[in-house]
Amino acid sequence: MAKFNKPKSLTDAVFHYCPGCTHGIVHRLVAEAIDELGIEGKTIGVAPVGCSVMAYNYFTCDMIQAAHGRAPAVATGVKRSLPDHIVFTYQGDGDLASIGLCETVSAAARGENITVIFINNAIYGMTGGQMAPTSLIGQVTQTSPYGRDAATQGMPIKISELLATLEAPSYITRVTVNNVKNVRNAKAAIKKAFQNQVEGKGFSLVEVVSNCPTNWGMTPEKSLQWIDTHMLPYYPLGVYKDKDAEDKNNG
Amino acid sequence: MLIFKEELCKGCGLCVSACPKKILQLSKTRLNSKGHAPVEVTDPDACISCAFCATMCPDCVITIE
Repeated sequence: MAKFNKPKSLTDAVFHYCPGCTHGIVHRLVAEAIDELGIEGKTIGVAPVGCSVMAYNYFTCDMIQAAHGRAPAVATGVKRSLPDHIVFTYQGDGDLASIGLCETVSAAARGENITVIFINNAIYGMTGGQMAPTSLIGQVTQTSPYGRDAATQGMPIKISELLATLEAPSYITRVTVNNVKNVRNAKAAIKKAFQNQVEGKGFSLVEVVSNCPTNWGMTPEKSLQWIDTHMLPYYPLGVYKDKDAEDKNNG
Repeated sequence: MLIFKEELCKGCGLCVSACPKKILQLSKTRLNSKGHAPVEVTDPDACISCAFCATMCPDCVITIE
């Protein structure tokens, strides 16, 4: 009996991600949640544009690849036509927080019964490290070579806080995967986000603060430390909205 | 017991820094077919099967039995 094995909901394909990229960890956590809830056969995933554009190679469930940023809109259509299926999107910050911001906010405002996994690594990974809406002030990227400047490039968008102001979403939380404890917390959050959908509770979004060792220009180990020292002070972990807990508190 | 799917390893070293017993290292003598130095265990008997390495591995290299 294996104590730790690759989840069944992942295929045997080798991840194309760079060494040390936490996409692999989050893929595994999503697959573990699907396995544990026993929903593999009726789950449909929507892949974004970005590094995880080929996520359909890695999950054994049915997958669609949406136009850039439109994953929540595509997921809405799938969920409404197949309401007994479990539909999730897996999106990066360049996809969800930039070109897809409208679709994200609108799907959340409608309270669509879907699960959104949002990978926030504060940079465009696939296209070579350009500034994202979530890039930190002072962060050097290909398109902000002197560091992001608030005066000309604005402040980074805090998606979880933004969406938590809406009435409709059921569950909005921010987690990270930079150490074992945080990976376990992230797993619990992702599982809850899927469980909410199974129970018909509505829109759930898990923001995972992630790394990009290649475009941040660091070793994988250093990039996980950089999450602690630079990302988390601006993107604090926590549950930003949880209707379950609110209902309990209100008796 | 630790089992490594060595061909999947990209040598990122996240498992090495996660190991509480400090018994993992990236190989100094071998490369896999993709040219990465794969992880190896220096003292298998000291492993406590905590699965910290496997939890941090982004590429599902590690199975623990």
